[in-house]
This record gives sequence, C-alpha cells and structure tokens, in this order.
Amino acid sequence: MIMNQTNQQPVLLVTGARKGIGEYLVTHYVQRGYRVVGCSRKAAAERDGYRHFCVDVTDEDAVKQMLGTIAEEYGRLDVLINNAGIASMNSLLLTPTDTARTIFETNFMGTFIACREAARLMKKHSFGRIVNFATVASALKLEGEAVYASSKAAIVTFTEIAARELAPLGITVNAVAPTPIETDLIRSVGAEKIERLIQRQAIKRIGEIRDVANVIDFFIRPESDFVTGQVIFLGGV
Amino acid sequence: MPDQERLTQAIYAAVDELNEQLPKGVRVAKSLDSPLYGPGSNLESIDLVNLIIEVEEKVKEAFGVSITIADDRAMSSQNSPFVTVGALTNYVSGLIHDYESN
Repeated sequence: MIMNQTNQQPVLLVTGARKGIGEYLVTHYVQRGYRVVGCSRKAAAERDGYRHFCVDVTDEDAVKQMLGTIAEEYGRLDVLINNAGIASMNSLLLTPTDTARTIFETNFMGTFIACREAARLMKKHSFGRIVNFATVASALKLEGEAVYASSKAAIVTFTEIAARELAPLGITVNAVAPTPIETDLIRSVGAEKIERLIQRQAIKRIGEIRDVANVIDFFIRPESDFVTGQVIFLGGV
Repeated sequence: MPDQERLTQAIYAAVDELNEQLPKGVRVAKSLDSPLYGPGSNLESIDLVNLIIEVEEKVKEAFGVSITIADDRAMSSQNSPFVTVGALTNYVSGLIHDYESN
C-alpha cells in the first residue's frame, strides 16, 4: 500500500539503486511507505516517494554531500542498504591490479564510507538499521571470484565489528549474502557454472530478488532491535 | 589563524551537545582545562567519538570547512590533541588554518 508522504515516515537509503536488486528494493520500500532515497553513478527516474542522487559510493565528498542533503531535507535516516557492488570473474593469474582495486573500492570502501556517514546521521535519533551485502561466493570459496569474494568477506568482518561499535547508538548492522540471482552482476558467468554453484546450495534453485528483500525486511523491522552483527546466507549455504 | 573566539564557541557548542547525552556526574565543563582523555576524565571512548563528530559538525557550521580530526597525525601525535578541551581547540585551529591555506 502506498501511503501519503509525511515527516513521520521512515527514510531509507539504498545504494546502487538504478537497476537490478537496488531498483527492485526502491519499489519494494516505496510501496511499504518509506521515503526512499537512492544513488547510483548514472541518473535514474524519480517518482512519488523516491529521490535519486547521481553519486558514486567511492566518492567520499559526494556521499557526504548526499547525506548532508538528506539531513537537511528529511532530518533523519532510518535505514541504509549498501547494495552497490561490482564483480569481475577472472582467474587470479589474469586479474589486472586495477580491476582488483576497483572492486575493493566499490564493494568495501563504498560500504565503509556510506556506513560511516549514515551512522553519523542515524545516531542523532538513536536509531538506525544498516544492511550490507555479502555473498555466498566467499563461503563456497568460488574459483574465479578470488577478488570479488575477498572484498565481500571483508564486508562480513566489517559488519560484525561495526555492529558492536554502533550498538550503543541504537544502530544495528547486518548483512545478507545472496546466491546467484538473475542480474547484470552474473551476466558474464556461464550457465553451466551457475548450475554447478546452485548444486552446492542446500536449496537448489536460483535466487530471486524477493529472497533478498525478505531478509532485509526482517533486519530492518523495529522488532529486530536485538539482531545485529549477523550474516544470513541464502539458499542454505 | 581562525577567529579563536568563534572557534572556542563552536567547541563549547559541541560540548553542550555531548553533555546532553551524558549523566550529570560525567559532564564536561566548558573550560579549556577540562580533561577529555586519560587521568581526570570520566568519558567513555564512545563519548569522545561523539564529541569529535560534534566538533567536526560545529566547525563546518561556523567556518564552512570540512575537517577530519581523528586522522593519522592526531592518533600518532606524542602530544595527544584529545587530552583536554584546550588541546583539542588548538589542534582544530591548526586543521582549519591548514584547510584555509590550501
């Protein structure tokens, strides 16, 4: 149900909001009455209940400016979903250093910068929900994903420690670790490889974005104020 | 150097914000001699973190400059800028000066 926008409605920021999981989450949370703010490197259409910023999450000044605008215009931030991420499947022996650096910049540094700036705003109301994105590729030790999986393994440790540091401020930090989902992120991965990966899951099907949204729904609900530092792996990995 | 009176007022405004979150017994007096860290201070580490964030915000409001207080220089300095309100004020004054000089 789409509710009328009021200042009492919670504000949710999703990074990487233009396509894939991010685009889905924007619609999902607008429909649930959140005032949704999103960002991505490229422009995206705005609509009722949704505001978009052209911001690269690795650009510290731009992220700070976006959070400053959220503080000025909304006066609060309740939820941050660190969805922005990139992958590059390649043999470790062939992976260019620049590619590895770019993956860590977006996946880890982007999450770190957004968390830090969001938590500064969230602490003003002693409430916040941060959801980061890990991956089953780390737990499955997936060949060809050494750099991507490592950048996401860093997210797991970051999530666990951030949860402890931010708990006194009323902010929870959790992570969801999706299986392969039909998005651009796995576009270049062969069908056979995806099938082999699925066979290593307890529940042998490809993931859907609604599976991810379901976990995020749980993490961000007010009743989940005793749930922090947790990583939920989808598919029974 | 930045206007010292304006800077002191910005620091004290940050102290006010911190004190609102603290129980009476551990509040920080608005004096340059007030201890923030080490012997004589009752602040928890999270309180000091909150104060530093407030100071960064008040400095941005008062001077329009975005500073990062807890950088490597501050953390490794032999004379910690976090010992007293006065030490913090002097350190922030230097950061603003550096920012305005660049």
